[in-house]
Amino acid sequence: MDAIMLQEKLVERLLCPRVRTARQKEKQYVGFATLPNQVHRKSVKKGFDFTLMVAGESGMGKSTLVNSLFLTDLYKDRKLLNAEERINQTVEIIKHTVDIEEKGVKLKLTIVDTPGFGDAVNNNQCWKPITDYIDQQFEQYFRDESGLNRKNIQDNRVHCCLYFIPPFGHGLRPVDVEFMRALHEKVNVVPLIAKADCLTPNEIKKLKDRIREEIERFGIKVYQFPECDSDEDEEFKQMDKELKECTPFAVIGSNTVVEARGQRVRGRLYPWGIVEVENQSHCDFVKLRNMLIRSHMHDLKDVTCDVHYENYRAQCIQEMTRCVCVCVHARAKLAQDNRMESPIPILPLSTPDAETEKLIKMKDEELKRMQEMLNKMQQQMHEKDQ
Amino acid sequence: MSSSDVARRPDPSRSLSLSGHVGFDSLPDQLVNKSTCQGFCFNILCIGETGIGKSTLMDTLFNTNFENFEASHFEPQVKLRAQTYDLQESNVRLRLTVVNTVGFGDQMNKQESYQPVVDYIDRQFESYLQEELKIKRSLHSYHDSRVHACLYFISPTGHSLKSLDLVTMKKLDSKVNIIPVIAKADTITKSELHKFKIKIMSELVSNGVQIYQFPLDDETVAQVNTAMNGLLPFAVVGSTEEVSVGNKMVKARQYPWGVVQVENETHCDFVKLREMLICVNMEDLREQTHTRHYELYRRCKLEEMGFKDTDPESKPVSLQETYEAKRQEFLLELQKREEEMRQMFVQRVKEKESELKDSERELQNRFEQLKRLHADEKAALEEKRRLLEDDQSSFGKRRAAAQLLQAQNLTSNGKKDKDRKNSGFM
Repeated sequence: MDAIMLQEKLVERLLCPRVRTARQKEKQYVGFATLPNQVHRKSVKKGFDFTLMVAGESGMGKSTLVNSLFLTDLYKDRKLLNAEERINQTVEIIKHTVDIEEKGVKLKLTIVDTPGFGDAVNNNQCWKPITDYIDQQFEQYFRDESGLNRKNIQDNRVHCCLYFIPPFGHGLRPVDVEFMRALHEKVNVVPLIAKADCLTPNEIKKLKDRIREEIERFGIKVYQFPECDSDEDEEFKQMDKELKECTPFAVIGSNTVVEARGQRVRGRLYPWGIVEVENQSHCDFVKLRNMLIRSHMHDLKDVTCDVHYENYRAQCIQEMTRCVCVCVHARAKLAQDNRMESPIPILPLSTPDAETEKLIKMKDEELKRMQEMLNKMQQQMHEKDQ
Repeated sequence: MSSSDVARRPDPSRSLSLSGHVGFDSLPDQLVNKSTCQGFCFNILCIGETGIGKSTLMDTLFNTNFENFEASHFEPQVKLRAQTYDLQESNVRLRLTVVNTVGFGDQMNKQESYQPVVDYIDRQFESYLQEELKIKRSLHSYHDSRVHACLYFISPTGHSLKSLDLVTMKKLDSKVNIIPVIAKADTITKSELHKFKIKIMSELVSNGVQIYQFPLDDETVAQVNTAMNGLLPFAVVGSTEEVSVGNKMVKARQYPWGVVQVENETHCDFVKLREMLICVNMEDLREQTHTRHYELYRRCKLEEMGFKDTDPESKPVSLQETYEAKRQEFLLELQKREEEMRQMFVQRVKEKESELKDSERELQNRFEQLKRLHADEKAALEEKRRLLEDDQSSFGKRRAAAQLLQAQNLTSNGKKDKDRKNSGFM
């Protein structure tokens, strides 16, 4: 019970505006203490958006978990493939967008699903469609941001990727390692242990330690919770520490409501007992929900904007300036004019100008020919001397 | 008389009734005694992903602790590890061989994952075939290593089979008795399990995979076998740890929400699996392996080698004739090859000879050429030397003349000029 109350307090603190204590009110009152309130009001009016990607083999309980997280039913008429159809399956990207509202706060939630990941017999490079999708969203945002009319930019960038690790093995498998390594610099990767109701508490602990050690060994940069400020109080720090030691979260999801201890809760009914999804001693579902939705959703968005997107943008611009510099050099040689100043890159050119490429090639060939002639003449002179 | 005659015409026999107790009803007992003295042998192959619970299930089934070590997920290829144990229960001895796959399902590209398993099974068949075809054979003391049962561990996703499962089982169904089991079944609820089992069986049927069906021909076990056939694949849970439930210690897994008892039939199908695999049908599994799978392998192998039961004119052909024919063929081929090689050798020798001759001639030419050059140069040098000598001699003469002149000048210094002139003119 204690833990839940502590978490509620944390949530309150983050969402409610801070108010100066009475003592300080006696001083000269300027009024900017109401800024947090204004921010709150404006953001409620604007509404929020969040894009969540779920990845993992089929049968790991991804859809069930998403339904449990957001207490809706996103996957109404889903058609699952047979084993035979999956032998040569390629990965698809499917987006579900829903608008949900709670206490006046509107959230536009987009879930990006990746059916077919890890299902085929040959899984080499099976994450390529996923990385391409993420890059596409970055590129589109970059284009919008650099455009002239920036009023209605739609942010479709993926803010968080939940990766489901199967609990049936001893730790990470090669496909898990490769996938996370391909994505850790493009999106916030949050690894989860799926279907945790097949592990006893000891086994969960062993598996978590193993996975944490393997993540470090393979150099996978998963999403790190931000460090709490030193002026936070002890209970907050304690909770934060507990949260960090609990990763990766071992989760259980459920679409059905069962009767347990006199209450109706989401859970799974077994002959030997009932697993409650929201019971902290059964699994880490509550921790995941709090982290993802109640405390760190905005931080995930910030890290995506400030770190991953900026990395992408910097890379993009570097490549562009390289292309542009080459263009500039070619033009200078042709016209033998004064060196032009490199133009400000307006839009990212996905392919350099075809014309300039042709000119560059022509000039290159000419250069080569002249070089050869020079060499020949040199040789002849050398021979004559002898 | 040949064996084919005996097989083809069974003599019609009369049945007589006995007027007293003869005693040959003890024949089965004699057989049992003999086999008990010899001991039994059983080989199980467990195929499943790393960490799915193969070793734990084996430990639980046979109530012992086989030495197992955890495999890593990063094996580059699938391998098989076989371990043989000698077990005893009452006075029955069992030589059990457990073969586990290592690294199955871990690779990125799993297209060749089934191959090591198929190779292993074929190797065991091959060694038995070799033993059978030997001249001096000892089949009664031969350690039969052919795989009698294959437990295929299905991952409990709850949806359907994985593509790898389907591909592997299709390759194995004609070589071994496949018994699919759903591993780690304590993660599936009853309703999900029912749907899952139906989905798996329908997928197996629609893809033509022939799994092992418990035999229905023996009336004593037909009923229970039919019931069990309908419950395939068995959903099992394995555990070697004991938990106290009530006042007993049972094999179970302890969760915060309850205790899963391995031997409780409402919790999982472990007991059914043990009964079917070990108690009731073990002998049938061995028989099926021998009469169906091994015979199929043997027939394919021998046909490959060229043996047939009936020749083109549909007359029965004995092994010996075929063998002789093959031998002749082989010898002829050997001879032909020898001829070819000899001819090739002769040709090569000829080529080499002509090459050598050519090079010899060339060398000779060059030698002559060099000799001529040498002679020319020598002549030129001689000429030059002669000129030099001529020059030298003429120079010597001129010098002598000049010296003479000088000497004369000196001696006639005291005399008058006339004398000199006169002597000069003389």
